[in-house]
Amino acid sequence: MSAKTKSGTFNRSFEPWLYLLPFIFGIVVFTLYPVINVVLISFKEGYRLLTGAFDSIGVENYLKVISDPYFINGIKNTAIYVITVVPIATAISLFFANLLNQKIRGIAIFHTAYFLPLVTSATAVGLVWKLMFNGQFGVINYLLGIFNIGPFEWITDPRMNIYTLIIYGIWNMIPFTTILLLSGLQNIDPLYYTAAKVDGASSSKMFFRITVPLLAPTIGLTCVVNTISASKVYGELFPLFNGRPGIARNLYTVVFYIYEKFYVDWDLGSAAAASIILFLIIFVFTMIQLQIQKRWKYY
Amino acid sequence: MKIKLEGVTKRFDDVVAVNDFSLEFEEGTLTALLGPSGCGKSTMLNMLSGILPVTEGKIYFDNDDVTDMPPQKRGVGLVFQNYALYPHMSVLDNICFPLEIQKVPKAERIEKAKEMARLVKIEQYLDRKPKELSGGQQQRVAIARALIKNPRLLLLDEPLSNLDARLRLEMREEIRRIQQETKVTTIFVTHDQEEAMSISDKIVLMKDGYLMQVDRPQALYDEPQKLFVANFLGNPPINNLEGKIKDGKFVLADDSASVKVDLKSAVEGEEVVLGIRAESVGVDDDADFEAIIKERFTMGKEELAILKLGNSELRIYLSSDFTHKPGEKVGFKLKNKGVFLFDKKSGERK
Repeated sequence: MSAKTKSGTFNRSFEPWLYLLPFIFGIVVFTLYPVINVVLISFKEGYRLLTGAFDSIGVENYLKVISDPYFINGIKNTAIYVITVVPIATAISLFFANLLNQKIRGIAIFHTAYFLPLVTSATAVGLVWKLMFNGQFGVINYLLGIFNIGPFEWITDPRMNIYTLIIYGIWNMIPFTTILLLSGLQNIDPLYYTAAKVDGASSSKMFFRITVPLLAPTIGLTCVVNTISASKVYGELFPLFNGRPGIARNLYTVVFYIYEKFYVDWDLGSAAAASIILFLIIFVFTMIQLQIQKRWKYY
Repeated sequence: MKIKLEGVTKRFDDVVAVNDFSLEFEEGTLTALLGPSGCGKSTMLNMLSGILPVTEGKIYFDNDDVTDMPPQKRGVGLVFQNYALYPHMSVLDNICFPLEIQKVPKAERIEKAKEMARLVKIEQYLDRKPKELSGGQQQRVAIARALIKNPRLLLLDEPLSNLDARLRLEMREEIRRIQQETKVTTIFVTHDQEEAMSISDKIVLMKDGYLMQVDRPQALYDEPQKLFVANFLGNPPINNLEGKIKDGKFVLADDSASVKVDLKSAVEGEEVVLGIRAESVGVDDDADFEAIIKERFTMGKEELAILKLGNSELRIYLSSDFTHKPGEKVGFKLKNKGVFLFDKKSGERK
């Protein structure tokens, strides 16, 4: 009798696992195993991919990476990129989200135009930007010329490359951020604005005392997501600088460094170590952001 | 403050929401805008606050024409149906917000807010967030926020509809008390006749954008000028009998019975509706009509009966000495009060 109950319990607890098995299998093979492997490889000196052989175990890879000037340059550039692109893109997105949240005729056209970048190929868009950034006949220099600014050699002058990347990065980040912020704005009860209006509140008062605090959780979310994605910047470099990290190899980012160590130099140990360092940095910053944002929540 | 409406009309495209309203709200009174949903009472309130512009007509606050004045200049305090308290601000900040907008110094506005909190009895919750309060407490905060800037007019949109039955009773008395303490001219919107009857000085009864009748609650009940007014007020609802005047009597439309009534201005052969309130029927030897008792039942402290008059039915209250049993045919007499004749077509009182 008791044996029967036991086997019954066993069946009941075993069965769900059976259904979960395909999913767990996928996670283990394609996510968990590679991640653990990267951690292991980062500690293997002289690791060879094909044979799996290595010379010794230790922190040599880490020491090599953090003393590599290209890696230091990558950290610096990535940090500048994150610190400029995320706040500027968030601020611009907040402005656009506010505009898109208005009830005006033809707003659907603006919505479509606005979110078009999300569904176009990043490479095609990048090539178009490369043309726009062109020093002689690019539209950006033309527009700046109207205000007597420039011309700048956005692509061919190494000193300008970081600005080129930042501008392109901001443009890239805006649509998705705007969608998130717009959905947050649409969750705010319009009655709050009616109430404030009856009491005589100005638009800026309403924006800073009602919109921003009520939107703070959404703004926080976009900051976290965008910081993580901006920390991994590298795909943007390819179309702009002919597949190079800046026109004179001056604009390494951490992930570009990892990519080169792996695919070009076949130095798996360094690539893995750099990945782990990047992971730790992102992890720490995300934790700090989440801690700060706990105070923003009104609910 | 006295409020005067002159021919106020609101149209949304082809729909007339409020049709040609001319009336006055006296200073320091509590007035209810009463009517079924869709009658235009909330539209009326929004026009008074200035949130909605009027299509035609004029609105005067005392002698000032405020028709084209934006809401913030009218000096109205508004309490929304769902209170619209700012969820990220504490109760104190919520109450202070209208003064914060007016750039009143912080110490002064906090002092004023505390005074308001005392008035509406929420001074122990000043540090809480709105969602930590019950519906009734939120309502009090909303009233305090509306009153803090000393409005000339307090407007409440369905103030009790989001509360449960017991809180509703408590809050309607609170609204009355706060109104009487502050003497602020107050207009509130409701679809609940009992709510309007119990606390207001005057009721503006509306239907489909038309003004039906304006009067004191009891006068509205005792002397309805229209069939709609008689039907809308009172619980149980008034009994309506359709028929015509024949040989100086009221005769049911299908000729199945007749009732002796005071004809007032009704003339022979005219089609009318006879309205009889449930409490307006008594037993008397000098009967106005005879009816069969169909059923008797007790509802709490009162006893009700359903009478069969010809092919129609009547619901009436029974006096305690009523001894007749179901199935018996009894002679009944109509009282002077609570019996009305209305024109069948126009619904106007005879």
